[in-house]
Amino acid sequence: MSLMQEMGERALRLGVPFSVHLDLTYRCNEQCVHCYLDHDDHGEMTTGEIKHLLKEMADAGAFVLTLSGGEIFLRKDFFEILEYARDLTFCIRLKTNAVLIRETQAARLRDLGVESIQVSIYSHRAEVHDAITKVPGSFRRSINAIRFLRSQGLKVVMANVLMTQNMRDYQGTHALADELGAKFTLDPTVTPMMDGDRNILNLNVSEYELHDAFRDETLIEDVPEFCAPPSAPDKDSMDSLPCSAGHTSCYISPYGEFYPCVQFPLSCGNVRERSFIDIWRHSEQLKEVRSIRLRDLSSCSQCAHGGSCSRCPGLAFLEGNMRGPSTQDCEKSFARTGIPSVNLLSKKQKKDQASPPRLVQIQLVPAITGRRLAEMGDAVAAVAS
Amino acid sequence: MSKKLYVARCPRIAARKLGEETLVMAAQGSTLFTLNPTATILWQAADGVTALGDIVERHICSEFEVNLEEAIRDAEAMAQDLARHGILVISEEPIASRNSPAQEQRR
Repeated sequence: MSLMQEMGERALRLGVPFSVHLDLTYRCNEQCVHCYLDHDDHGEMTTGEIKHLLKEMADAGAFVLTLSGGEIFLRKDFFEILEYARDLTFCIRLKTNAVLIRETQAARLRDLGVESIQVSIYSHRAEVHDAITKVPGSFRRSINAIRFLRSQGLKVVMANVLMTQNMRDYQGTHALADELGAKFTLDPTVTPMMDGDRNILNLNVSEYELHDAFRDETLIEDVPEFCAPPSAPDKDSMDSLPCSAGHTSCYISPYGEFYPCVQFPLSCGNVRERSFIDIWRHSEQLKEVRSIRLRDLSSCSQCAHGGSCSRCPGLAFLEGNMRGPSTQDCEKSFARTGIPSVNLLSKKQKKDQASPPRLVQIQLVPAITGRRLAEMGDAVAAVAS
Repeated sequence: MSKKLYVARCPRIAARKLGEETLVMAAQGSTLFTLNPTATILWQAADGVTALGDIVERHICSEFEVNLEEAIRDAEAMAQDLARHGILVISEEPIASRNSPAQEQRR
């Protein structure tokens, strides 16, 4: 266990909000096709309100502070906020598209002791990246910024999201990150809009592409282990927490809304109306989130993947039930192991029952679909036996 | 001990007290450390203008039953160790305004 994980466990025992994600704005200078945010300004917190909040968070014991957006550099007071946060000795992580970072800004970030900067890069090909951000020239500017940041010795993480537009490019993007001395991460999930709109989920790659990505040794250190069939959850797994959201971490929107996580839009209060620590300690919503264990989850507790699944409670909440499954994670578990989850089987059963009787018994189907359905059938048999 | 030593928290670190211990991250290399309760006391009192001996006498000897000279020797060794990791700055002169990265940047 790393020291950071050990500290996370200690924070859990002490009831400390160890890690806070604060979005300073939802405004953005890019218009990414997969973005889950409404970019209009509905009344962002002022500089004074943010400083007050940061002091409350430091007093509550928060150590890791992720500043994100929207695009953080669109706030004119960004460096004033950052300086204040560093005076409060937060460990600062930034998430940005870096379009507005030049040599001067990179040097200031170095002087202020920022721990890492995550930059969104969607392809190693400018035309693909720019088509996703809808800003011509954004690739060139972001890559130049990464060079400025690296020349200052700063840690840069190049974050990519796998989607239909760039699904062939992640290896080239990874190679570009290596060339620039940046770390590389690939998120295989496009998530719903924060208002629940699920239309952008059409951008998610198919099961087949996900299957291939999960078997790519340049991404996955130990493919056989990663893709191994799950073992049934034991008692410890049944008592385990779904994730750190609301337990040692939380999210604050630019409007002061307090959520368990950026991907879990369950409002627990507003820091403009109540103190940060009051919400953290006494919010009924947070208490409910904290009470949930794997054994309480309707279908996941019965599922072979229960102990090893990356189930996101926020995505489950967006699907309608924070105690229910997150279908996107079920799909990832299936792509990883070839074994369908209880939720996927139930959906398939419902779909089959709902299908009208076919008048034409023989029809042409793409060969790959037939193969995958057959695999699904075998996997079902394996689970049943 | 021949000379007075002054200690100040390094400006480019992140730190937070967690229970009795303090979690410290040096910006360079993102290296993480935990300071035990005694080191935490030293760390919190390291304002750059109070001599290390005075810190030990006021904050450590008053908390723990230890001999002053022995405690100062231990504190010096601890301070040297923290300085090697880029967490603390040691000087034979008072160190002014070095606790804030923002202040450091503005100088």
